[in-house]
Amino acid sequence: MSVFLDRVARGFLMTELVKGFALTLKYMFKPKVTINYPFEKGPLSPRFRGEHALRRYPNGEERCIACKLCEAVCPAQAITIEAAVRDDGSRRTTRYDIDMTKCIYCGLCQEACPVDAIVEGPNFEFATETRAELYYNKDKLLANGDRWEAQLAANIEADAPYR
Amino acid sequence: MLENIAFLQSDFFTGYIQPVLVITGYVLLLVVPLILAMAYLTYAERKVLAAMQLRQGPMMVGPFGLLQPLADGLKLLGKETIIPSGANRVIFVIAPMLTFMLALVAWAVIPVNAGWVLADINVGVLYLFAISSLGVYGILMAGWASNSRYAFLGGLRSAAQMVSYEVSIGLVLVCVLLTTGSLNLTDIVMAERDWWVDLLLFPMFIVFVISALAETNRAPFDLPEGESELVGGYNVEYSSMTFALFFLGEYMNMILMSGMTAVLFLGGWLPPFGIEALAVVPGVIWFILKVCFVLFVFLWARATLPRYRYDQLMRLGWKVFLPLTLIWVVIMAGVLVYAEALPNMAGG
Repeated sequence: MSVFLDRVARGFLMTELVKGFALTLKYMFKPKVTINYPFEKGPLSPRFRGEHALRRYPNGEERCIACKLCEAVCPAQAITIEAAVRDDGSRRTTRYDIDMTKCIYCGLCQEACPVDAIVEGPNFEFATETRAELYYNKDKLLANGDRWEAQLAANIEADAPYR
Repeated sequence: MLENIAFLQSDFFTGYIQPVLVITGYVLLLVVPLILAMAYLTYAERKVLAAMQLRQGPMMVGPFGLLQPLADGLKLLGKETIIPSGANRVIFVIAPMLTFMLALVAWAVIPVNAGWVLADINVGVLYLFAISSLGVYGILMAGWASNSRYAFLGGLRSAAQMVSYEVSIGLVLVCVLLTTGSLNLTDIVMAERDWWVDLLLFPMFIVFVISALAETNRAPFDLPEGESELVGGYNVEYSSMTFALFFLGEYMNMILMSGMTAVLFLGGWLPPFGIEALAVVPGVIWFILKVCFVLFVFLWARATLPRYRYDQLMRLGWKVFLPLTLIWVVIMAGVLVYAEALPNMAGG
């Protein structure tokens, strides 16, 4: 009987409803968790694995020595490298392609690289209108490296103590 | 020039044209702010829901996304109106217009300030009740004319639901009328009630707000358009302006129900709690604030409550609200007679 009375009283006084309404009202005044995306952006870890880039040494020489470790380790087989001896006798790539539609952004290429040449940068906004634009060649990757060098260097330095 | 003056003084002008122009002016004065309010209610709904879900809501169009309703309206205008091949074309097109117009027409009797009412008729409450009952036809016609199962089921549900809750709304209205002794909405606002009569009316206020949610097909009673089972209910087949009219009709109905709540229970344009000092603020502002408060409760309920199951909805309407309001009419009438507090008792 008392259980019944309890239920009826709760039902008519709508205690549960009031509690629910109070909760939503409380949440209304809490700070928002979303950001105004294209104008504001969330923080990224230095280890963030975004768009690839081929880096250069400060003197402008490209880092990549065509060891093909990245090509070998790539689980998606997205990287294609061809190498030749350059006129000055150093070994360089004649072709360095990444198929960005195959890439799974695992970061194994930058782990494998002995000279920190291929890296995954902080850029994740590289959507294109055609598929063909996502087949990156060496020029595109080097251009990416030039464009993002400051951030890439800062990220590698920030992450260095943990490696 | 002279002929013009003669025309302006003719019986035809002063007798017919002038009154029509004046009335049209009054109607526009009421309808334009209402349509604006309706547009910004969609914005307010998105913002309030977003805030309660810790989101930002529309932010892109204009400062704080304030031009979003405009953009939405333009987008809908630019879309193609698709009429399904199996549909009954005439009824299919009339249904949204009917829903929209009925929601607007009801405003003729709502007093927004002392004397600010288009038609100060002495059966205002009956008129409101009749118009809001007619609203079910728009949805029923849409559901039937679409010739689609989802729309049909949505229309059926909506009809059953609105009819069920109108019963309890009617009895709530009876309770209010017992305390005012008039069907005129201005008189209802001005009626002076003792504090204990207000207290007696409070449960009916709650019942009225909940029934209003059901009557306008709003969450948690939005079964007619329950997207989880009916895709979109009665408006699945609608597109472009026909859809926009349904959408606006729904929001217009919300504003109408809030206006009714403000007039019947919250004292219309009078300052809240009878505080005389607050009368410096114009009555319209108080009326708008009260309507906004009830509208906020509508949105708040949508953010808080999950959708009712259909049988629960019917159970609430017929097995809880109907007996409750019936008993309350008897209780209120009894108490008022016992206390000799019936409004017209002293006079006759």
